[in-house]
Amino acid sequence: MSVVPPVSSTAAVPAEMSSPPVESPAGELPLKVHDLTVAYHRQPVLWNLDCQVSSGSLVAIVGPNGAGKSTFLKAILDLVPRAAGEVEFFGRPYREVRQRVAYVPQRASVDWDFPVTAADVVAMGLYGKLGWFRPVTRQARRQALDALERVGLAEFAQRQIRQLSGGQQQRVFLARALVQEADLYLMDEPFAGVDAATERTIVQLLQTLRAVGKTGMVVHHDLQTVREYFSHVLLLNTRVIAAGPVETVFTEENLRRTYQGRLSLLDQVGHQLTLAERMPRS
Amino acid sequence: MLSDWSWLDTWIVVTAALAAMSCALPGTWLLLRRQSLLGDAISHSVLPGIVLAYLLIDQLEHAGVVTRETALLIRHPCLFAGAAVTGVLSGWLSELLSRIGRLDAGAALGVVYTSMFAAGLLLIRLAADRAHIDPGCVLYGNLETIVTDTWGTTGIPRAAIMNGALLLLNLLLLLMFFKELTVSVFDPAMAVSIGIPADRVQQALLACTGATVVASFESVGSILVIAMLVVPPACAVLLTERLSRVCWYAAVIAAASALGGHLAALIVPELTRRVFNWPELGDATTAGMMAIAAGCLFLLAWICSPHDGLIRQYRDRWRLQRRIVEEDLLGILYRRGSLLHEVSFAADLGQLMKQPPRKLQPVLDRLCRAGALNLQGGGYTLTAIGMRQAESLVRSHRLWESYLAEHFELSDRQLHNSAEQFEHFLNPQLRETLAEELRQPQQDPHGATIPPANPPASQS
Repeated sequence: MSVVPPVSSTAAVPAEMSSPPVESPAGELPLKVHDLTVAYHRQPVLWNLDCQVSSGSLVAIVGPNGAGKSTFLKAILDLVPRAAGEVEFFGRPYREVRQRVAYVPQRASVDWDFPVTAADVVAMGLYGKLGWFRPVTRQARRQALDALERVGLAEFAQRQIRQLSGGQQQRVFLARALVQEADLYLMDEPFAGVDAATERTIVQLLQTLRAVGKTGMVVHHDLQTVREYFSHVLLLNTRVIAAGPVETVFTEENLRRTYQGRLSLLDQVGHQLTLAERMPRS
Repeated sequence: MLSDWSWLDTWIVVTAALAAMSCALPGTWLLLRRQSLLGDAISHSVLPGIVLAYLLIDQLEHAGVVTRETALLIRHPCLFAGAAVTGVLSGWLSELLSRIGRLDAGAALGVVYTSMFAAGLLLIRLAADRAHIDPGCVLYGNLETIVTDTWGTTGIPRAAIMNGALLLLNLLLLLMFFKELTVSVFDPAMAVSIGIPADRVQQALLACTGATVVASFESVGSILVIAMLVVPPACAVLLTERLSRVCWYAAVIAAASALGGHLAALIVPELTRRVFNWPELGDATTAGMMAIAAGCLFLLAWICSPHDGLIRQYRDRWRLQRRIVEEDLLGILYRRGSLLHEVSFAADLGQLMKQPPRKLQPVLDRLCRAGALNLQGGGYTLTAIGMRQAESLVRSHRLWESYLAEHFELSDRQLHNSAEQFEHFLNPQLRETLAEELRQPQQDPHGATIPPANPPASQS
């Protein structure tokens, strides 16, 4: 993974790193983001974000609340509008390579009272491949059950999803991503509020996926486990603070810069500008 | 009453059932989106469009531009068009309000649809002398007269054809897009990420709801449309936890409310007159009674629901209490038995449990039948099975006390009281996790021996 530091963040240490690409031909990076900017109500949430993820890396996206971690995932997947920037998956625009990307939203983003079973939710991962007007096939159900078995929930397949614990629900989401058989997995806080067994399952699966050349990007909150679970880290606070292999980038100095709330001079000027724009013209 | 049931009654029920079923299908999805009242908003906001279209045709007919026959023919399409235009307009307006005014989406919708509905009512009042639109009709429909307006010589009411067509359309769309609808409503972000345009699917759902609402409007009125959009699906989710069944159940419940509503409309006024000698009630409309019938069905579903119902809740609570009493009894017998090696009498046990022996007797009988107790000379002893169950319970109790004592500064009494509750809720797995964490203790904080773990097979 390599990162071109944004021009405006003067303090950023240039982090130029890459791990040898696994399996994938050169020039076909799983993810390449250039100059991504996202704004809500004129308030910028992500600024001039550049990053490249190479095949076979497991990237933790780390940053304080409101740093734009979830927004980053949503913006590259076209779920929220981008103010600027280019995003390429495997060298192509997202809509051409959907099948190679699996997205796991935050668990709290859906209604778990929905009257479906765990197996039904997992089968949703195959809806894109099945195509319009086609019913869910027997083979799709079979695949869903296999995926549930991989996350240790085989016996819960026919359970209504409300009856599952938080960790089990998260594993159902994971199984749904697994049936997509993607090459890049984007996960939004899969470790939030889960039990130890679920955390182990998720980590083991991520390692297994990595071993066969798949790539993962995970929004992660627990700084204690970043070194243990991930190969790379993307430190984010509205801008990219630093990115690269955990050994070199996940330093106390970089973390301090990620988590301290102080704005740079340019940020302050920008803030004044947005404020002025909102003032009524008299 | 029922003795003078005619083909007219049959058509009323059929028309109402078709309208109700066609509403229940999109209503199910609105309910699952937790936006049931969106149907309400739609049904109100289309009113001015309907009234304007109605007035326009009326004017054209009066001016002699179109003949009476043509007017009849184009009336429905025109009403649809008027409703569609105002429906889209309100949707667009509320979105504009929430974006520019930074209003919450619900508040924006509330502002727009009440204004639109008020505008519609105003139009009706203004045009009251020129056109025969009755505000009452708009609210409650006029099912009883509309069935006499038949299609050509077929004898089938136009409204029945209309509602039937909408039901068919909704069914067809539901079957074709079941998968896409499911994922778009359950997890829109994920749906979009796999290439299913969730917002367009949801817009289509709203369009369908709008069309259905307009079609049903005339026969059952706007209030009942809301009832049929919300109540049958609400019953259905109480009765089943399978999505496809929720849809079918909602449709069946909607049809049942139509039949029930009409029967009630026929029977209730007569009944109140005879029983309460209360002639003022006159007659009741089928539409009104349908809402009541649907409400009654909901009450029934709420009481009998297999997973959330009142009966189920009471049964579960009662069973839990019974289990706790049984386990407490076994625990007492175990502790006494290990001290005294003699039989216990119901009276003594009652004193220890602080319960009258008469209440304890059925529990003791049940434990005997289950093979956990032996009855000897009027007193009770634990059998091998009962002993194992009691050991598990006492093990839970003493492990929990040990755990608390290790982590908190508590008096013996506090330890015991907490364990008295928790002993009933520690499953074998949790129990052994506790034991492991405490490094398999042999004694509890009071010095009593902790019974060893049973082989897993005997713990069921």
